[in-house]
Amino acid sequence: MSRSQITRGARLTQADVSTDDPVIDGARDDDGCNILHVDMDAFYASCELRSRPDLVGKPVIVGGDGSRGVVTAATYEARRYGIHSAMPMSRAKRLCPAVIVLPPNFALYTEVSAGVMAIFRDVTPYVEPLSLDEAFLDVSGARRRLGPSADIADMIRARVVDEQGITCTVGVAPTKFIAKLASTRAKPDGRLVVPTDRVITFLHPLPVGSLWGVGDKTEQALTRLGLATVGDVAHTPVDTLIRAIGQAAGTHLYELAWGRDPRPVVVPEGEKSIGAEETFPRDIDDPELVHREILRLSERVASRLRHQGLVSRTIVLKVRFADFTTISRSRTLRSGTDISREVYATARDLYDALGLERARIRLVGVRAEGLTEADDSPRYMFLDEPEIGWREAEQAVDKASARFGKGAVQPARLLDTGSSDGFGGAPVAPRPPR
Amino acid sequence: MKFRLERDVIADAVAWTARTLPTRPSMPMLAGLLIEATDQQLMLSSFDFEVSGRVLVNADVMEPGRVLVSGRLLADISRLLPAAPVTISVEGSRVEVTCGRSSFTLPTLPVDDYPSLPDMPGSSGTVPGSVFAHAVAQVAIAAGRDDTLPTLTGVRVEILDNTITLAATDRYRLAVREFPWTPANTSLDVQALVPARTLADTAKSLAGCDEVHLALAASGASDGLMGFEGDGRRTTTRLLDGEFPKYRALLPSESATTATVDTAALVEAVKRVSLVAERNTPVRLMFADGEVELRAGTGDEAQANESLECSVDGAAIEIAFNPQYLQDGLSALDDATTHLSFTTATRPAVLTGGSQASSPSYRYLLMPVRLSS
Repeated sequence: MSRSQITRGARLTQADVSTDDPVIDGARDDDGCNILHVDMDAFYASCELRSRPDLVGKPVIVGGDGSRGVVTAATYEARRYGIHSAMPMSRAKRLCPAVIVLPPNFALYTEVSAGVMAIFRDVTPYVEPLSLDEAFLDVSGARRRLGPSADIADMIRARVVDEQGITCTVGVAPTKFIAKLASTRAKPDGRLVVPTDRVITFLHPLPVGSLWGVGDKTEQALTRLGLATVGDVAHTPVDTLIRAIGQAAGTHLYELAWGRDPRPVVVPEGEKSIGAEETFPRDIDDPELVHREILRLSERVASRLRHQGLVSRTIVLKVRFADFTTISRSRTLRSGTDISREVYATARDLYDALGLERARIRLVGVRAEGLTEADDSPRYMFLDEPEIGWREAEQAVDKASARFGKGAVQPARLLDTGSSDGFGGAPVAPRPPR
Repeated sequence: MKFRLERDVIADAVAWTARTLPTRPSMPMLAGLLIEATDQQLMLSSFDFEVSGRVLVNADVMEPGRVLVSGRLLADISRLLPAAPVTISVEGSRVEVTCGRSSFTLPTLPVDDYPSLPDMPGSSGTVPGSVFAHAVAQVAIAAGRDDTLPTLTGVRVEILDNTITLAATDRYRLAVREFPWTPANTSLDVQALVPARTLADTAKSLAGCDEVHLALAASGASDGLMGFEGDGRRTTTRLLDGEFPKYRALLPSESATTATVDTAALVEAVKRVSLVAERNTPVRLMFADGEVELRAGTGDEAQANESLECSVDGAAIEIAFNPQYLQDGLSALDDATTHLSFTTATRPAVLTGGSQASSPSYRYLLMPVRLSS
């Protein structure tokens, strides 16, 4: 499996970077190229293919197969049919009826991701993960030990294939922005170095849409000015840009167009938040069902907090309505908690405080923020709180779950299983006749 | 209507009555202050269906009458008037306020729909204003401020014969104060839950009275009101519903360690040390060997340390508190020395005044902060 990928990878690397490209692949003159952007190729799909070698080379997508499912990852074979992530599953199947759909397995992806991030951290402590499958690395220190950035990039690619059996693409450049553009250009299974003195020649022919922060609206505004490429933007007086798209955005784009991006690689301080959310199989308006889902999500979030030895001070509730408008409400607690009941009570209060009159809800989410280590976090107790209380009870539940499997002990309200309608078997009231 | 009185008299009376006016009245007329002039007396009233205020002052009444004006505006005006007699008269649908060479014309509000103020509840008794104000202030500090738990935003008032007990808790601390009063009739046994903020404001505003009348309907016949009256000023407030926690069960009956320390010195030390206690982190107190050591700050953050003399009796104990809650309790004791008693580092500590260690009239119960799981 990995052998075939390596061979394929090598071919693609050659093919991807053409010789007339202004950028020299494998350039040794990589002075100042300290930033690496590493991006896994079709990450979820690649993870799945590790255990399904029979599917290699076929159009494969990962995603929920229900009526509401969307594509979360697609192999490059599937992408040739025009399939891309975030596309509704039904559309993907129309584009390629032969496509193979695999259900997502987030535990697997998290595990592979942890392995990949560990490789990065072997190289440098300055790792800024952007998601499960991509990260920025600052290798300015590591170069003294490991040689030129390009070699480091190749070493990372080789180790990822070797240890995790998936491929990735690395962009090497003096700034985060250029590094990300470089990896996008070199995908899949490639590596591209953009030396400092080639940044402008690399950047200027790109369409304005490549600039970080340019969405549809800004792109339209720039097009109206007749600016199609990054070079056009760079050669427009900054005042003109500011008039067209505003002070902040104008200055920002002008700087980027000249390859200037001062953002450092920031190592995140611990985990920022832990959350869980659920899209209902169909929109619901029964507060009882929403409460139950909030309970289930709270149990999940709090058990992850306990598992990681963290407590959270801020609980956030997210609600997406049938028309896709999304709101979130948060409450900060007196002291950090990892107790499911407290997370649930807070999230449910936030939901009740919305005062929804049977508004149709598409999704609810519960998130714990303001995380600190449980061991160094003071815990405010109530005067009438028993010394051994819910926290201890839930720790016992965790132990039972560890031994007998998830859900060995759970709130009675969540017990109803055996139905696959996503409501945990709860009877769903039929829609009243109009 | 037309009357005249001294600037200080009207300014005080208006300020006291307007004190409880709602900032966002549910009905426009509730932002009004009712002025009623009768035979050489002036009555000012305010009411928002929760709290009523009424004050009687003597005035030179030339023409009796009744009018409703914006209370906030009248309070602002009377506060800044020059020191001279003030004349207030109604001219058509407007009120004219004249003082020295300045004059104001205010619109009136329709007076006919103004609700009548509730009567004072039946049973009553008296207590010196300063005693009452001090007792309420000591207790109200522990009341909750979270409106989602309305029961805890109140002060529990218990009257049993000639003793009044006040109690308040936000579940992190509990303050209990007992004091004697003079009931009009004996064998009283009534309880009520009074909004803490209103009670504290009222008690403070009546602190200067030699005698404050307290009125609370006997249990069972409760019309949900408590009344306060002193020096011609009268306030009623609606009571809170709900079951106040059974706080007596929380008061520990025994202790493993007791300590006595100079209150002012401990307050100063807590203030200093808690400078490095970031939001929400506690200050740790270690009581042992004739001193208490205070510490705050952890790990790589700033840290502080201070120790002071303290007589310690019993086992050494290390215990952590929210610095603000600790300061609140120490200040509320109002005693030169503080007596602290502990059972364990995870059970409530009790603070009492050192001068009345044997039978404290005030107890401040404080839940420690647990440091690690």
